Amino acid sequence: MSTLLSLWGQLPFAIQVAIESLVKIVAILVPLLLMVAYVTYAERKIIGYIQVRVGPNRVGPRGWLQPIADFLKLFFKEIVIPTNANRALFISAPVLSLIPALAAWAVIPFTETLVLANLDIGLLYILALTSMGVYGVIVAGWASNSKYAFLGAMRSAAQIVAYEIAMGFALVGLLMAAGSLNLVEIVKAQQGGLHQWYLWPMFPLFLVYFISGVAETNRAPFDVAEGESEIVAGFHVEYSGISFMVFFMAEYANMLLIATLAAIMFLGGWYAPFDIAPFNWIPPFFWLFGKVAVFMFVFLWLRATFPRYRYDQIMRLGWKVFIPVTLVWITVIGVFRFLTPWGFIFR
Amino acid sequence: MLNWISQNFKTFLLVELVRGLSVTGRHLFKRKTTIQYPEEKTPKSPRFRGLHALRRYPNGEERCIACKLCEAVCPALAITIESEERNDGTRRTTRYDIDLFKCIYCGFCEEACPVDSIVETDIHEFHFENRGENVMTKEMLLAVGDQYEQQIADARRADSAFR
Repeated sequence: MSTLLSLWGQLPFAIQVAIESLVKIVAILVPLLLMVAYVTYAERKIIGYIQVRVGPNRVGPRGWLQPIADFLKLFFKEIVIPTNANRALFISAPVLSLIPALAAWAVIPFTETLVLANLDIGLLYILALTSMGVYGVIVAGWASNSKYAFLGAMRSAAQIVAYEIAMGFALVGLLMAAGSLNLVEIVKAQQGGLHQWYLWPMFPLFLVYFISGVAETNRAPFDVAEGESEIVAGFHVEYSGISFMVFFMAEYANMLLIATLAAIMFLGGWYAPFDIAPFNWIPPFFWLFGKVAVFMFVFLWLRATFPRYRYDQIMRLGWKVFIPVTLVWITVIGVFRFLTPWGFIFR
Repeated sequence: MLNWISQNFKTFLLVELVRGLSVTGRHLFKRKTTIQYPEEKTPKSPRFRGLHALRRYPNGEERCIACKLCEAVCPALAITIESEERNDGTRRTTRYDIDLFKCIYCGFCEEACPVDSIVETDIHEFHFENRGENVMTKEMLLAVGDQYEQQIADARRADSAFR
């Protein structure tokens, strides 16, 4: 042990930092990918239960090993590359969609101190990376050289452009209240219990944010980019085996990201709803985890409940409803904060 | 005016959506109707039409008299029969094949049969692993009949009042 420590001391500082960050990155990514795997299991179980079925229950006790079995199956399957596909783009597309989905987790604060990079522009970084994710989809649709994939990619591009704006504006309202882009600061501004959460003053923005989040991740009822019943599987029709799995992982990692962001922005992140005895015994990390779990459940619940939107209705909702609503609410926040004595509502 | 306000209120608070969610939310806790198939099975009617069988009389003589009514009535042309006169002067089949790939399990053969020889049992869990195994020969059909005679007879008796 002491020899190890002395060896550590002899390493140059830069390498020490690099190793330390690598360990931290692994410590975030491995649980994240495990969560992604088990979200697929939760999805199949919950949707099954809602449809009065029992869902997967054959692999392992109560089906707990189902995600592992799915992973192994996809891992050992052949990757088929279509003859006329653009090989380089075809292979890089899944990676392009997975990397932003994982990289965004760098600035997510799990507790007040448990954060890989406490950036002052954390929120901006996340917005930038989540909009990068659409490139994976577009490149996949283009490189596949298939009409369904191309249609899916175009739909996804238009949809994400529309909802990105609404989502960004929803967060602008929040920034006006919190006065910071640093995610730790934003959560700290909500300290003190349930009534301090931004959920209440920002309720319309919260709804817009969450619905846009569902649209951003191409989840039902906004899953026109995949649209099984219309364009087979949309942008990933031509993908198989592990390259398909990477798309899948990116989608679920994005869902987790949106859910975590919603918990951080609107539900007070790692803070307990009441700052009194039984509630603050539970460690902060588990509060965040619980809030994320609630949002993930809502994601699955929505998918089990609503039929897919018609495409023009999606566009109408994005441009004609969400953007005006957010703009109006931002104005309301601004007027209240700076022109009236009731600014404390929006702090 | 008031109507317009309440309409917009409902739209923006997503009232209809929440109502839909509550329906699915209630179903989440309903008793599940799943039947765990290989361990649990649904009850089968005595009229169930599954794998075919050729029956015998209690004295061991095969019932089939090679009248070929089943072959004639079979809408899928799945039955092939060849017959000869046996030493005791009766007409018997020398070949009785059913191609299970062609068969549509309509049960017409069973209804056409004047001596209740060809029947459809309630066996539905069977499979083929090689080419050619889909053709049931006379020996195979008789073997099924011999093995499941009790079940076949019970099913016919249970249904006899309605025939």
